[in-house]
Amino acid sequence: MTDIPISNILFVSTALFFIGMYGLFTRRNMITMLMSIELILNSVNINFVVFNKYLYPDKLDGIFFTIFIITIAAAEAAVAIAIIINLYRSHRSIDVETAEEMKY
Amino acid sequence: MNYASYIALIPLLPLAGFVLLGIFGRKYFKNSSGIIGTVLLLVSATLSLYTAYNYFFVDGKVGDSYQTITAIKFTWLSFSENVSIDMGIILDPISVMMLVVVTFVSLMVHIFSLGYMKGEERFPTYYAFLGLFTFSMLGLVVSSNLFQIYMFWELVGVSSYLLIGYYYDKPSAVAASKKAFIVTRFADLGFLVGILILAFYGQTLDFKTLIENLTTQQSSQFLAITTASFVGVSALTWALTLVFIGGAGKSAMFPLHIWLPDAMEGPTPVSALIHAATMVVAGVYLVARLFPLFTITPVSLSIVTVVGIVSAFLAAIIACTQTDIKRVLAYSTMSQIGYMMFALGVSGYGGENGLGYTASMFHLFTHAFFKSLLFLGAGVVIHFIHSNEMKDMGGLRKYLPITNLSFLVACLAIAGIPPFAGFFSKEEILLAAYHSNKIVFGVALFTSGLTAFYMFRLYFSIFWNKQIEVHNHHGEGPFSMKFPLIILAFCSIFAGLIPFGKYVSSDRLPFESHFDPMFSLAPVAFGVIGILLAMWMYKKESEKAERISQSLGGLYKAAYKKFYIDEIYLFITKKIVFNLIGRPAAWIDRNIVDGLMNKIANTTATVSGFIKGMQSGKVQSYAIYFFGGIVALAIVFLYLWK
Repeated sequence: MTDIPISNILFVSTALFFIGMYGLFTRRNMITMLMSIELILNSVNINFVVFNKYLYPDKLDGIFFTIFIITIAAAEAAVAIAIIINLYRSHRSIDVETAEEMKY
Repeated sequence: MNYASYIALIPLLPLAGFVLLGIFGRKYFKNSSGIIGTVLLLVSATLSLYTAYNYFFVDGKVGDSYQTITAIKFTWLSFSENVSIDMGIILDPISVMMLVVVTFVSLMVHIFSLGYMKGEERFPTYYAFLGLFTFSMLGLVVSSNLFQIYMFWELVGVSSYLLIGYYYDKPSAVAASKKAFIVTRFADLGFLVGILILAFYGQTLDFKTLIENLTTQQSSQFLAITTASFVGVSALTWALTLVFIGGAGKSAMFPLHIWLPDAMEGPTPVSALIHAATMVVAGVYLVARLFPLFTITPVSLSIVTVVGIVSAFLAAIIACTQTDIKRVLAYSTMSQIGYMMFALGVSGYGGENGLGYTASMFHLFTHAFFKSLLFLGAGVVIHFIHSNEMKDMGGLRKYLPITNLSFLVACLAIAGIPPFAGFFSKEEILLAAYHSNKIVFGVALFTSGLTAFYMFRLYFSIFWNKQIEVHNHHGEGPFSMKFPLIILAFCSIFAGLIPFGKYVSSDRLPFESHFDPMFSLAPVAFGVIGILLAMWMYKKESEKAERISQSLGGLYKAAYKKFYIDEIYLFITKKIVFNLIGRPAAWIDRNIVDGLMNKIANTTATVSGFIKGMQSGKVQSYAIYFFGGIVALAIVFLYLWK
């Protein structure tokens, strides 16, 4: 396995993070927003794995963290989808802009 | 004799009536409130008579002179060891006399109102207010110190305000009640300043101690108050003059009389009680209470004389031209109170010199009876005709025989015809004036002729003159309206026979007032001339009065317009006070005070609008704020945090 420089991998994860951020801010469909959040989480996961691998190869802390995040992301997706379904039931839409009542 | 056991009941019973009827009257005592008020007052009046009997005939005297008995005294408000405001009840000849007068007249008015006010929507409220007034007036007359008298003085003003404005849906009544309150309140400002000066130099509020302190020539208080001066006039003179301004306001003396004629907008029995017999004599009573102080300051005393005689004369002239019967009576009240005032003014202290003092109190006493009788008689007439105007009346003697007779008695009494009550008191006043000041005597003599003229003008215009068509036939009204007339008529006949000098005198020592038939010739002659003149002009319907008033021209018109005093007041208040003081004050209030508050409120609203805009409800904008915040924190921690 040829050594890939750490900067390349970090570049990928940063790109992934901002793609996710862009999607979160611009998409109105809540499912798409949920997917964007997954992208952000995964970019973080990559960071954890990479830093673990390159800086402390004899430890597993970063890997464990990644597993925790994946678990939590799964749970979060379940909760988020439940919210989306309820929103759809009450508003007949999953567009985030239809749910603007909660202000002031 | 222990007066303390029951004396407090005299003022407190009417107060109980006020509380009871004021709170529960409209719900539970819709019809019985009149009876409740009357019974309470009957008890009160009986106790007053009992007190008077005890005081004058049993134990009021120590040696020869009547003593001042402090029946009740307690500290009401204590500021420090030495400074406190007390409440108390004192009994001396004038306060006991006033107790009797107030409760008696109030009782008559209560009884009269049972018939007169029957069927009124706010019947219980009316009796509640009457109770409040009676309580305040009784509290005023028995006050033991200056501050207590001031408090009750204001309470009397409030209850007068409430009763004048009783018909609160009538704009004129509302205006009249406001006018009465504001004018008397304005005068009371003087009273308050006077009290403060007296209390400051006299070092007490208590009447007895105050008078002792200030009449002893060597006392430090006397020296302090006479040496202190303002604009070249000693503090004592200032204090008494200011106190007198308060008294003049309440007693409707010129030039603060303008509220009294308007106050006739109230129910007629109220006028009989407040604006004839009791409240308006409060000023006279106040001067009498402080009389020993007035006698040592000739300037104040001459102010009292001048104001009294001017009021008496001016009011008598105006009364000759008015056409509203209650207004005639109002001006005649003012004129008679003027008599009482100048009687005090011309009086000296002690023995024969104090004749004016006795005469003034005597006139107060008799005047209460015949003037309330006149007002109640006028009440019967108004009840019968449903109008206040003389032109709607005439020939009523056939329909109202009892009223006719009692009214005639009262007119004879006020005109000073022997042997009716007014003759004796007025004769003493004139005698006192004769010994002291010939000019005052002359004017007073002429005024007594005028008095007879305008009273009989009133009498003949109502009961004789033209015959009017009467459509209703409810007669004179119920027994409750006739009964007080009869009682008061008896009093008006016989009250003058009381040897008043034996009981009330300036130095409390009884003296015999000499009755001189030769002296009383002139006043009686003037009275008779006045009556005959009125009879000639008004007994039959004729053009004479019309022609005479036309030949008098401007003078008649000026008197009819009340010498334009109201207009002068309006000019001063509307044109000068409102424009020069009111408008700038309003501008400051509107632009500076309100402006500041508005500015603060507007700024807050703008800021809050801005913050509110951030909470748009759009989840994605929240996410942006959140992200922005993190970026900002990251920048701070990475680059700026050293």
